[in-house]
Formats: sequence, structure tokens, C-alpha cells
Amino acid sequence: MAAAEFETPELKDYIEVPKLREGATAHVKSFIAAKPVQDFMGYPHELGDDWKERAIDKMGDLLGKYRSLKVFLDACVHCGACTDKCHYYLGTSDPKNMPVARQDLMRQVYRRYFTTAGKLFPKLVGAKDLTKDILDEWYSYYHQCSECRRCSVFCPYGIDTAEITMAGREILNHVGMGQKYSNEILGKVQKIGNNLGLPGPALEDTLEGLEEDIEADTGVPVKMPMDVKGAEVLLVTPSADFFSEPHVESLIGYAKVFHAAGISWTLSSHASEAGNFGLFNGNYETMRKVAMRIRDAALELGVKRIVVGECGHAWRVAYSFWNTLTGIGYGGNDPFSIELQKQLDPNYPQPQHICELTNDLIKAGTIKVDPSQNDDMVVTYHDSCNVARASRMGTEPGGQFTIPRELIKSVANNFHNMADETIYESTFCCGGGGGLLTDDLMEVRVKGALPRMTALNNVVKEHQVNFMATICAICKAQFTKVLPKYGFDMSMVGGVHQLVSKAIKLD
Amino acid sequence: MSTLTIIYAGMFYLATLLLVAGLVFKIYDYSRTPAPLKIPTTPAPTTQKGVVYRMAKEVVLFESLFKSNKWIWVFGWLFHFGLFLVLARHLRYFTEPVWSWVGFIQPFGKYASIMMVIGLAGLLARRFVVDRVRYISTPSDYLMLVLLIAIGVSGMLMTFVAHTDIVGLKAFFMGLMYFDVQPLPADPILLAHLALVALLMVIFPVSKLLHAPGIFFSPTRNQADNPREHRHVAAWAARLDQNN
Repeated sequence: MAAAEFETPELKDYIEVPKLREGATAHVKSFIAAKPVQDFMGYPHELGDDWKERAIDKMGDLLGKYRSLKVFLDACVHCGACTDKCHYYLGTSDPKNMPVARQDLMRQVYRRYFTTAGKLFPKLVGAKDLTKDILDEWYSYYHQCSECRRCSVFCPYGIDTAEITMAGREILNHVGMGQKYSNEILGKVQKIGNNLGLPGPALEDTLEGLEEDIEADTGVPVKMPMDVKGAEVLLVTPSADFFSEPHVESLIGYAKVFHAAGISWTLSSHASEAGNFGLFNGNYETMRKVAMRIRDAALELGVKRIVVGECGHAWRVAYSFWNTLTGIGYGGNDPFSIELQKQLDPNYPQPQHICELTNDLIKAGTIKVDPSQNDDMVVTYHDSCNVARASRMGTEPGGQFTIPRELIKSVANNFHNMADETIYESTFCCGGGGGLLTDDLMEVRVKGALPRMTALNNVVKEHQVNFMATICAICKAQFTKVLPKYGFDMSMVGGVHQLVSKAIKLD
Repeated sequence: MSTLTIIYAGMFYLATLLLVAGLVFKIYDYSRTPAPLKIPTTPAPTTQKGVVYRMAKEVVLFESLFKSNKWIWVFGWLFHFGLFLVLARHLRYFTEPVWSWVGFIQPFGKYASIMMVIGLAGLLARRFVVDRVRYISTPSDYLMLVLLIAIGVSGMLMTFVAHTDIVGLKAFFMGLMYFDVQPLPADPILLAHLALVALLMVIFPVSKLLHAPGIFFSPTRNQADNPREHRHVAAWAARLDQNN
């Protein structure tokens, strides 16, 4: 099945709000998950006769469990504030990619089955019976949302389309329309331990090879330990860090930081993945199961600290949800969380982001860096959506913006921000987040990257920027693919710890 | 007592009942529905006090809307702040003696009606003019604005053009409050104004006007950003911990 042909949008000087083109990406349909994948997840793989009842029942169930869904479906006044905020709308011109219209795909059904006005006067309030056509639209457009939350920043009621998308995908899974890409990955992470499906021995080989490379390169025996009981730190990082370019450069950076600071650390073969696609699917129990691997590894290895590598959605799940899901954090007073929390070192935040750790070590003078090693680089920083709008670093609100930039500036001399309306909380998604990083969605990935590419192009022209640092495995993989489509070199993207790796002094 | 008075008295009792019962139910429903995960849109305040401050800025100044779109913000804020003053002014018809601050704001409340109607007209114009907003507008979106404009304009007519029997009107509403129904002045503009207000009261708890209570329950705005320090678990999710 070949994906439809499409043209890469042309870069302009500024981000343009396009005129509506109805149905512009209605043909986009991510591959559906096959039977074995759905079986493992406990979902059906095809629509049964009772799909409609199942869908409405599931919606009712979610409305009772998630206040976000209930309030967000009720509160929207169709003011239009969000209509020009989604990168997929800006890139595709399809009106159903406007956040409010994406929500309305579900809101029309909610109104029909769950509200008085929609039951009595459906036409008046835009309520509709659930049909197969609507279900197909859900599948198409809930896989054209990267759950980046940019719309939620600008909504006067904080309506977060990501919550609606998650609910939509959850309902789709329950009626037998799962997405191949995300559900296959959720199978691999639970069966093998990571999203890439790298078994333990292969992982060990890879790490040994990397250790040899580092020693050949620097003359210093930097180690990448795995499954070491009694290590101080458990590092949980996206599995792309083990063998994808440019991700692996950051992994080398983390290893050098631990080495230089003299901190004993370990990876875990059982929890060799920070990513948690349960977030994208919106199923609490799946997300919890995937997160429990980290708790289990921490208990088994007896570590005192848990540190997370460069991964956007993983950091959201770790920072915002791990304490809730698995008790990794503080403040629990139930036996389940106390069991783990009594083991953790209270002098450090749990979990801690690798940027927090490295930045603190540099500021304290524990590790030394030579920023002139990166003098060939003119660096900008892409705030990843889940880090920017769904998490924090440090003790102050906004630390997720200042700490990575502080860190970059301490290891590189040339830094320029992109335009204000495209960074910090207003950052544009790379275009591949939220379960869309698959070739069958290449059209929306390329078009959705348009706002970010426009902002990047401007700092390239103005400041000769030649490196866009980011702390997300999905961003890195996505940009590696889409940068060339917009005429940039794919090696322009890399991790913050790729810069750290070059600048750090190892002796 | 005239049929008209009986109809309007019954209408307002019923509208008040539906408004109060509907809102109480909705607020109860929102408050008992858990938010199982910490999902504040960050950067977010780290303390409960900070959350109150954030919410106050949203409710009073429409901070997020200001960041988003200056036109919607101007029209929306003119409408809401105007409505607030107009409603406050109307308290004089429901209190005896009239509270001194209500007396003080009377002139402001009168002219605030102009703000209100200008804001509403701007919001309505956007529904026709901006293609993106036109696309998302349902019939009820237009009708809601038309209803509010009609209420505003009929009120302004009585304030600025053709005064109604305001003493008789106050007697009618005070009578309703003390269950001692008094005759309602049969002024057509007044009757239209009151009927539209009663309609708005009935629509409120079953429409998008729920954004008013809704914002206070919006997890992206009302949660403190402290998930590493405090364990946040919903009752239905806590049961999962016990199976381990």
C-alpha cells in the first residue's frame, strides 16, 4: 500500500495562516493494527455488529473517569482562538485539523448521546448520530494530532485537544480500530523491554561496541553498565539512544557525564525504554503497565536515583505521571509507594531529567567543560512539546525552558533562539509526536513540520544557525527525515548531550 | 391578577428552578468526576495559592485568550465585563433598601450595556467574516449571540429610549422573591426582555454557557504543578496499586 503522493510546502518568511481547504488530508489513514497485535493488547481487531454500542459505552466510561473529557466537551464556546494554533492545520489547511474541529468530531457524538440539548435538538447544536463515516473520520483525524497541547495554551478554558484525541484512540481501540504503529510498539515494550524490540544480549553487544568507540576516540575507558545491582543511578532512556543517529551521540554524552562526575550508574535490560506509548493511546492501565517496568527495575537493582534521558513524551510520563502510576517520586503514604520511596535518596528530585543532573554538575564545578570544542556550531534549541507544556525541570515554573538553554550555553559559545512565538510554551511540534512517527503518516509529518521549519529557516538565514539541539528521541528521528525535504542537512539536528559530549573534559 | 402576570411569574419560577437545579447538578457532576492524572498546562504554578492567582487571571482578564487572539479578546472581554456591570446594576430591582455599592455603580452599569452589545456584535461579525470561525459555528452559536444581543438591546431601549414602569417591575420581582405575586407592567419591550432572559436562564445549564462553571474544573488550569513532590491518585486508579 503506497502512501499518497504529496508536495512539501514551500517555506515562506513567516508562518502563514492558510485559507480552509476542506478534506485536504481526509485521505490520510494510518495502517490499522492486525489481529495478533490487537489480541495481545486485549482489543478486538475488527468492527463487530455491536461496535456502536461499544463505542458509546466506552465514551460513557471515560466521561465518568476523566473530568478533563467531560469539562472539555461541555465548555467549548467555539470562539475560534485555537483555530490557527495547530501545526497540522497550518501545514495542511484541512479545517478538521483545527483543534476545535478535531474536538467537534467527538463533541457532536457526545452531544447526541449524553446531553439534553443534543437529544432534543441535534441540528441546532451540531449533534450527530455515530456512524461508520464518523468513526472513520475519528481514525483519520485522531491520527493527525500529535497531542502536543499547543492549543491548550491558547484556549481560554484550557481545553486540551490531546485529552480528546487520547479518548478517541481509546474508543477506536475498543471497537477494533487500533493503530498498527503504536500498538506494535506497546507489544514490543511489554514483551521485550523496549520499543525497538532489542533483546538483552543485542543491547549488551551494542553497549560494548559503544564503550570501545569512546575509548578509541578519547583514550578514556567510559563504561555503559547494564543491570548492575547497587548502582546509585538507574538511567532510563529511549531505546533509540542505543543505535539510532543522532540519538546515540547523546547516550555517549550521558555516559561521559556519569564517568566525569564519578557517579555509579546502570541501565536496565528489563526497563531499557523510557518511552511510554500508553500515553498516546490514552489507556491508563497500559500506561501504568509500561511504567511499572521502571519501578520493578529500580526495586530489583536497589538504585537510589532514577534519571531519565532525552525523550519528550517519556519525560512527561516520568515527571507528571510516574509518581501517580508507580510511586516513583515523593509524598506517598500508602505501602505501595513507601516500598520504593524509602529506597530513594531524598537529596535529589525523583525522577530527575538528565539535563537537570548535568546542569547542576557543571554549575557545581563537579564536571568541567570546554565550550570552544563546539565553536564550529551555531546552535538553536527546539523545545519539545511534552517537555515544554506538560512537565518541568528544576524548582521554578519554566525551568524546562531555562535549564536546557543554560546547559547548551555552558557547552557551546554560539546560541540563538528561534522567534518568540515558536519557542517556550508556544513551541511548535516537530510534526512526528504522539504516535505519528510512522512512514504511513509521512504526508502529515512533513506538512506538520512547516511552522518549525519556517522558524528554523529564519535563524539559519539571520544567524547562520547550523545545529538545532533538542531533547526528544521522536523530534530527532522526525527531523532527520523531514529536514532534507525542506532543503536542510539531516545532521543539523541532535541532542543537547551531543554538545555536552564534545565539550566535556574527561580527565 | 392578570393572565400575563401569572404566566410571567410561573415562567420565572420555572426558569429559576431549572437554572439552579441544572447548575447544581452539573457542578456536582464535575466535582465528583476525578482527574486521575496531573495535566496542568505548563509552565504552571507549583502551589495552590499560585493556582488561585492563575485562575483569577483567567477569569478576570482572560489571560490565555489575550495570548491567543487580540480581536476575540477585545470583543469577549467587552461583552463579559459589560455584562458583569449590567447584572450588578440589576441588583437594585431585587434588593430593598438598595445596597450602597449597587447605587454607586448605576451610571456605569447603564453605559456598560453599550460595551456589552458592541462586544457581542463583534463576536457575531467574526462568525460571518473569519472563514475558520464560520466553519466551526453551529446554528446555536449564532442564535446564542442573537439572543444576548436582543436582551441587551431591549434593555437599552428601556434605559435610554422608552422608560418602562420600573417601580411596578421592582414590585413584581420583590413579590416573586417573597411569594407574594404583584402585577407585572404590560410594556411590550419589557415583556420581550423578560421572556428572553427566562429563555437564557433555561438554556444556561444545557449549553456551552457551561464554560462559566467549567473553567473552574478544568484540570489544565486548576492543578498545581507538583507531581514529583505529591502523589496524586484517583480513587478508581488507587485500586490498581492494591493488586501488586
